[in-house]
Amino acid sequence: MGRSFFSPGTGDTGTAPFDPARDAGHTDPPPRKGFFTDTSVCIGCKACEVACKEWNAVPEDGIALTGMSYDNTGGLGGSTWRHVAFIEQQLPAPAPDGGRPDTVDLGMPTATLPGADPEHREHADFRWLMESDVCKHCTHAACLDVCPTGALFRTEFGTVVVQDDICNGCGYCVPACPYGVIDRRDGPAGDPAVGLAQKCTLCYDRLSDGMEPACAKACPTQSIQFGDLDELRERAQGRLDMLVESGETTAQLYGHDPDNGVGGTGAFFLLLDEPEVYGLPPDPVVTTKDLPGMWRQAAFAAAALLGGAAAAFIGGKGGRR
Amino acid sequence: MVPDAEFTSYYGRPVVKASPWEADIPAYLFLGGLAGGSSLLAAGADLTGLPRQRRSARLVASAAIGGSLYALVHDLGRPARFHHMLRVAKVTSPMSVGTWILSAYGPFNALATGSELLGFMPGPVRNSRLGRLLGFAGRPGGLIAALIAPAVASYTAVLLTDTATPTWHAAQRELPFVFVGSAAAASGGMGLVAGPLGESGPARNLAVGGAVLELGASRIMQHSMGITAEPLRQGTAGTLHTAATALTAAGAAGAVAGRRSRIASALSGLALTAGSACTRFAIFHAGQASARDPRYTVVPQRERREGRSS
Ligand code: SF4
Ligand code: SF4
Ligand code: SF4
Repeated sequence: MGRSFFSPGTGDTGTAPFDPARDAGHTDPPPRKGFFTDTSVCIGCKACEVACKEWNAVPEDGIALTGMSYDNTGGLGGSTWRHVAFIEQQLPAPAPDGGRPDTVDLGMPTATLPGADPEHREHADFRWLMESDVCKHCTHAACLDVCPTGALFRTEFGTVVVQDDICNGCGYCVPACPYGVIDRRDGPAGDPAVGLAQKCTLCYDRLSDGMEPACAKACPTQSIQFGDLDELRERAQGRLDMLVESGETTAQLYGHDPDNGVGGTGAFFLLLDEPEVYGLPPDPVVTTKDLPGMWRQAAFAAAALLGGAAAAFIGGKGGRR
Repeated sequence: MVPDAEFTSYYGRPVVKASPWEADIPAYLFLGGLAGGSSLLAAGADLTGLPRQRRSARLVASAAIGGSLYALVHDLGRPARFHHMLRVAKVTSPMSVGTWILSAYGPFNALATGSELLGFMPGPVRNSRLGRLLGFAGRPGGLIAALIAPAVASYTAVLLTDTATPTWHAAQRELPFVFVGSAAAASGGMGLVAGPLGESGPARNLAVGGAVLELGASRIMQHSMGITAEPLRQGTAGTLHTAATALTAAGAAGAVAGRRSRIASALSGLALTAGSACTRFAIFHAGQASARDPRYTVVPQRERREGRSS
C-alpha cells in the first residue's frame, strides 16, 4: 500500500540496483522481466498488435484509417496495448562526403539482399521507421503511484498491471502516465472493461505460466525481445554499438537508463531517430517525483487560507464596513 | 511572446493522454473550494456572534460539498465502485488523500449543518434527546470542519499538478494559491449573497482578500510556466480565463465600493463566485488542451534535456 514512492537517487553508489518488485513487498521475486524492442529490424507487420488482441481479448478500436500514414490505430489506448508506429521520412540527399548515412533501405524487392547493393543505397532519400510501442512498465510508475484504489499493482516480475475488479474508472492514471500509455476503455458497448483503465499487462498470465508474452512470440523479426531486463540491457548495448559502427549515427537506446526520470523502464527501445519522432516524450519524469514539493505548496496555501479567514474576522468584526 | 519552438512529433499526435474527465471535475474543484471557504466563514461567524451569516455559510458549505461528491462519483467510469477508494490510503495519490480529507470533513460539516437545520424543526424535535445532542454538537463540529476546510480547498491543486499534463504540472508552485484564493473569493462572495448586509464585513474581507490572492498568484504562475501558459490564453480556456479575471476583479471592486448596498453586495458576490468557477474551468480546459498538443510536452522536455547535456 502506498509503496513505490519515487525515491530519488536510488543510485546511491555501491548498493544493489533498485528492484521494484522487492520494493513492492515481493519477497524473493524472480529476475525483473521486460522488453527490448529493436526498431531497426521492425517491418511493421503488426503481428504483435494482432497477437495481443487475440490473447487478451482486446476489442477492435475502430477500423477507420487515420489518413496520415499506414498506421490505422494511431497510438496506445484502452483497446490498443501494442501499437506499431509508421514514420515516413524524407531525408536530405546524402552529401558527397558521405553525409547522413541511409542504411535503412525502402525494402522494395531487389535481386540482392535489401541494402546490399551500394548503387541502390546511394539514391535512397527516403526511409520508413517503424516502432512497436507498448507500456514501459516503469521502475517508478506514475500510474501506479496515483491510483487511489490500489487497482494498479506491481507484480513479482517487476511489471505493472491493472486489476479489473478493483479499478473504479476514476481515470487518474491516464493523465499521470508520462508516456501517454494507459487509457479508459470506451467501447464497444457490452465489453466488460468499458469504463476501466486498460493497458499492457506484459501478459502476466502467460509469464506466470513460464511462457513469453504473445506479442514477442508473434514477432517474426525478433524486433520485440522478451527476457530478464539485465540481460536485455546488455544485448541492446551490443546491438547499438554495432549499428553506430556501421554508420547509423542517430541510433540510440531509449528508456534503458536506470538514472532517467522514471528510474529506467522495463520496456525499452532502440530507436533510429529522436524519441519525439516516434511520438515518445524526449525526457519523461515520473509525475510523483515533484509530489513532496507539491504537498508543501498546498500546505502553505492551506495555512494562508486559514490565516486569511482569521484576519477577515479580526479586520471586520461583525457589522458592515 | 515566446518564439515558435521547432519540434518534431508523430503526425502531430499527442504524446501524453488528456484526462478522460469532463465538466464534473472542474465543478468538483470549484464546489470543494466553495465548501472549504464557507466552513471557515461559518466557524468565524459562530465565534464572533454573527448567527445569520453562520447559518447561511453552513448551508452553503453542505450544499457545495454534497454537489462536489456527486460530481466526483458521477465522473467515475464505474460509479458503483466508489467504495474502492476507501480500500487504501496512499500519500502518493492526491485522489486518495482527497478522499480521506473529504471523509473526515463531511461528517463534521454535517453536524454543523444539522444543528442549523434544527432551527427549522418543530419544538418537540428540537427538544428531543437527539435534537439537544445535535444542537450541542453544532459548534465543535463546525470548528473541526473549519480546521480541515483549508485542506479541502487546497488539495485539489495537487490533484491536477501531479499529472503529466503539461499546463497543470508546470503550475505546481502557484496553483494551490490560486485555488485557495479562488475558494476564499467564492465563499466570501456567497456570504455576500446569502448573508445579511449587517453581518457581511468578514465575508467581504474574505472575498476581496481571496480575489486579490487569486489574481496575483495567477499572474506569477503564468510568468513561471513558460510556453505551457499559452493554452490559458487560447480557445475555450482563454475565454474562460478572461471571464474569470474580469468577474473576479469586478466582483472585488464592487464588493468594496458597494458595501452599503444590499443589491450591489449581492451582485458583487455573484460575480466573485462565478469568477471562481470560471477559474477552475479555465485551468481544467487549458490542461486538456496542453495534453492534446504534443508541442507542450516535447518542447519543454527537449529544453530540459539540452540544458542538462550542455
Ligand atoms: S508507461 Fe505509463 S502506464 Fe506504463 S507503467 Fe509507466 S506510467 Fe504506468
Ligand atoms: S482508473 Fe482505475 S487503475 Fe486508473 S487510477 Fe483510477 S482506479 Fe486506478
Ligand atoms: S506483453 Fe502481452 S499484453 Fe503486453 S503488448 Fe504484448 S501481448 Fe499485449
